[in-house]
Amino acid sequence: MAFPISLTVNGVRRDVELGDPRVTLLDLLRERLHLTGTKKGCDRGQCGACTVLVDGRRINSCLALAVSHDGADVLTIEGVARGDQLHPVQAAFIAHDGFQCGFCTPGQIMSAIGLMQEGQAGDDPERIREGMSGNLCRCGAYAGVTDAVLEVQKGLVAADRRRSA
Amino acid sequence: MKTFDYVRPATISEAIAAAAEPGAAYLAAGTNLLDLMKGGITRPSRLVDVTRLPGLDRIERLPDGGLRIGALVRNADLAHDPDFTRAYPAIAEALLSGASAQLRNAATVGGNLLQRTRCGYFYDAASACNKRAPGTGCDARDGENRLHAVLGWSGACIATHPSDFCVPLAALDAVVEIEGRTGRREVAVEDLHRLPGDTPERESALEPGDLIVAVRLPAEARRLSAHARYLKVRERTSYAFAVVSAAAALRIEDGTIQEARLALGGVAAKPWRARPAEKILAGGNPDAAAFRRAAEAALADAKPSGDNRFKIALAQRILVRALTLAAAGTPQRIPALPASPFSSVSRSAP
Repeated sequence: MAFPISLTVNGVRRDVELGDPRVTLLDLLRERLHLTGTKKGCDRGQCGACTVLVDGRRINSCLALAVSHDGADVLTIEGVARGDQLHPVQAAFIAHDGFQCGFCTPGQIMSAIGLMQEGQAGDDPERIREGMSGNLCRCGAYAGVTDAVLEVQKGLVAADRRRSA
Repeated sequence: MKTFDYVRPATISEAIAAAAEPGAAYLAAGTNLLDLMKGGITRPSRLVDVTRLPGLDRIERLPDGGLRIGALVRNADLAHDPDFTRAYPAIAEALLSGASAQLRNAATVGGNLLQRTRCGYFYDAASACNKRAPGTGCDARDGENRLHAVLGWSGACIATHPSDFCVPLAALDAVVEIEGRTGRREVAVEDLHRLPGDTPERESALEPGDLIVAVRLPAEARRLSAHARYLKVRERTSYAFAVVSAAAALRIEDGTIQEARLALGGVAAKPWRARPAEKILAGGNPDAAAFRRAAEAALADAKPSGDNRFKIALAQRILVRALTLAAAGTPQRIPALPASPFSSVSRSAP
């Protein structure tokens, strides 16, 4: 039995016919759409390397069945830069050494973008660390990750204050 | 993962008919189910996707002041709903102490209630487990069992229920609305999960085809909102299941406890409502001596099921601390580290 689904991935509509309902959103992105920026770490929802935004919210794509997300709007690491212009979170990760080996980084960056859109953490480092706890980094680049997210958040908080002043 | 049929019914009655067949399972977010299926622990032959069923993703204020939460409301959406958080702060704190932000964005209210134990032997298909394969025995009894149950366990199973959400729900008399083949019925959250006895594979009051459609929070529980906390000890600061947790909610008038609600998590196969402890507190002063007496009463029937005697003393201390925090008053905003004992330490530090 075939399952035709349609997704918007990084702004582009993608029609895919799944031959098997077992395909996760992660495997669909990597194996069918060849968007290999999203990483498979544990494949069990414990590490966060597979984090993507679905309809604007960060989720673990390894624990999402693709067939159940028919019609969804998906944003992956490949879709966050504008041409050669990095997303501010990407630039901040470079500026603050928010990674070493880089394997967890796409998930960290997507998670950070999701965290900012949720608007709960502000520029409180403790809330940022708590909000990023679903992304593990075996190189231990957590201090750089927090500094990177904090820098972008401080910019947003300052811009908010200017707007409301 | 074993292959399965996938169906996406349009109505609740179609879903119930599809899920009542042997081997069928409901799929909501799948954050626990897919993990279990990948490990070969759960092997459904059919998944009934309920995520598109209409009307189950709403939070509604009821005429009597209660709140009705649709089973498909996502954990994160509920935890950040202003009316809910104001009225039921301990439940919001419990939700935010569970899993990770990614999982809370996906996981649903109904799915959270029905998540399976995280006992390592249940998750290991090569181990004996009466819950996964009835009659095979329990390798946890002589295994790594320091995190297992100290209340309500049996010789057949010593697993605990992992949900944080369920703990304050049980304390505050939340009710589960269920649709099934024989119509709609209601079960108190406190009665939803079963203790293992000789049939640990039967985990809840649900029958084949039964679908949780909503959780209802009573208006009366709003009276406890000024003194309500959830406290959770984990083996790391965040993104970990409870070793022991406690929900404590008090109604204090003129310095006297009028009403107390207490429940423990991580200690049994169900959220453990501590009614004897509630009775001890009612009518008395919110002081350390009363909290200690209540904590002792809550754990009076506790017995270690292995290398976990420490959990009995730990649960008593967590109860005392949760009561102390609740008596001090619900914070204006949920702490940066929800339900964490480290939160209150850092707050009182100079």
